[in-house]
Amino acid sequence: MSAAAESVISFANVSRFYGEVLGINKVNLTIPPGVTSLVGPNGSGKTTLMNLMTGLIRPTQGEIKVLGISPYHPERLCKVVGYCAQFDSCPKGLTGYQFIYWFLRMHGLTPAECDRKTNTALERVSMTAAAGRPVGAYSKGMRQRVKLAQAIAHDPQVLVLDEPLNGLDPMARAETIALFREWGRNGRHVIVSSHILHEVDQISDQVILLSQGYVVAEGEIQGVRDEVKEQPMQILVRCNDPGGLAARLFQQDHMVEAKISRDRKGLLLRTTDADSFYLLLNRVILESGLEVESIAPADDDVNSVYQYLIGGEGGTL
Amino acid sequence: MDLWFRQIAAVLRLEMKKTFFSKRGWWIYCLAAGPVVITVLHWWVFEVRRVGGAFNHHLGDDSIIFASLFQFFYLRATIFFGCMGIFSNLFRGEMLEKTLHYYYLTPMRRELLVIGKYLSGLSVALVLFVGSTAAAFLTLARHFGPAWTDYLYHGPGMSQLGSYMLAAALGCVGYGAVFLMCGLFFRNPLIPAAVVFVWENLNPFLPTLLKKISVIFYLRSLCPVEVPVPPPFSVMVIDADPTPAWLAVPGLLVLSMILLAYTAMSARQTEINYGE
Repeated sequence: MSAAAESVISFANVSRFYGEVLGINKVNLTIPPGVTSLVGPNGSGKTTLMNLMTGLIRPTQGEIKVLGISPYHPERLCKVVGYCAQFDSCPKGLTGYQFIYWFLRMHGLTPAECDRKTNTALERVSMTAAAGRPVGAYSKGMRQRVKLAQAIAHDPQVLVLDEPLNGLDPMARAETIALFREWGRNGRHVIVSSHILHEVDQISDQVILLSQGYVVAEGEIQGVRDEVKEQPMQILVRCNDPGGLAARLFQQDHMVEAKISRDRKGLLLRTTDADSFYLLLNRVILESGLEVESIAPADDDVNSVYQYLIGGEGGTL
Repeated sequence: MDLWFRQIAAVLRLEMKKTFFSKRGWWIYCLAAGPVVITVLHWWVFEVRRVGGAFNHHLGDDSIIFASLFQFFYLRATIFFGCMGIFSNLFRGEMLEKTLHYYYLTPMRRELLVIGKYLSGLSVALVLFVGSTAAAFLTLARHFGPAWTDYLYHGPGMSQLGSYMLAAALGCVGYGAVFLMCGLFFRNPLIPAAVVFVWENLNPFLPTLLKKISVIFYLRSLCPVEVPVPPPFSVMVIDADPTPAWLAVPGLLVLSMILLAYTAMSARQTEINYGE
């Protein structure tokens, strides 16, 4: 097997049906290292995709490989995969420490190794102080954190997280997001599903958009946005004379719309040809001596891409 | 191999920690304590009568009483339903609590998980039901005083106790394997348990060949004292030669091993579906 195949998660023509109900259909994906977000409305197939790559369910057809390992071999797969599932449940009668420690023991590690890894994992999610308390007595946010600790305790190369920010307070959210980014930077795979699109924007190196069991788009957010040709790009220019700028730009064919903001300092432009637009804008600025404060794309975030491709309100799905 | 033992030991210890003396299993402890309470009452009543001089009771009667208690209460109720409660919950309970995926996300062979869970259930069942059998046997006839001691240490008492304990232990092994399988395959294990219960209780009336496809047939063969079947049932009972112990014990163990092996292979194919 090639080194490239051993560094990605791949789905080849994978379908999964629950009886007659479609889970996902004919999915072809290659997920490189980094943080990848799965985005889609309820029932779009996010959890199915996650359960498939962790071996909890099996595909009806197609082949899945996680770093070159088939999910049919859990004894190999689960050494490199950690999964924080959506279920808000932990085994009863155990403390936070015992919950992590005993499942580490099933990896075949020595008691000393398990103890060290348990403490490290608890520390990473700031749960050391509550480690001796029964999981049943934890708040939802604490349970979410201890589940996360359990998923990362064996130091997996692939971390799969289904709605990992649910129930976390803002401070814990920020810490957790920082943790994901750190893991992604270290060359690991972090696969996250989230309903909160602005958080997906903060976290992700790439996104996979799902709708009704199909992959609608995949890749870096900017790249996905560029592929949506039928929707004009939106660009926000803040300058000292937005009216004058609008008049000069609007002589071009590719300009579709221009809106001046209420503070009279911003101009939101829609163009069908972003490359020509930027060339033109440079020329206009040089010729007119316009004072430009900022130029930024206004719709290359997950929210906009989601609205263009899937529809709906975006924001919090 | 060393890794496998460590993984099985981890499952075993975690399950023991979770299930031993859990509140959820209170009725199983009551089932195990039930026959002991009955025998203690029996001892106490006859002790009072003995002191009062109204004692017309023989040690042989108590031997028959215990044999009946063992065959009709222990084997058909205590061990049967106790094992159902313990073993069918090992997987089904995890599914209901939505925690089975934690086990399935560890890098251990699913077959080893089945073995670990089975051994943990078996440990609990053996302690409860073999312990209860021994306690009930030793308590039942204590009112006979020295005669009872003599029966135990110089008569057939200890040998009978050994046979009952062996039958109880094999009951746990056999019913444990049956109910572990039911817990993995059925969303509601009560339905297959009811079928098994009816089958096991119809055993005396079944043809000889069919009798042998049951746990109770082999266990009854191991019981040291035969219980006479009262009329009108005695007319309907089909007699079959009891299986000798040298065949009954390995026969039951092989039957249990086959069920366990099938469960273990199926666990490998099992998907996590909590019905959502």
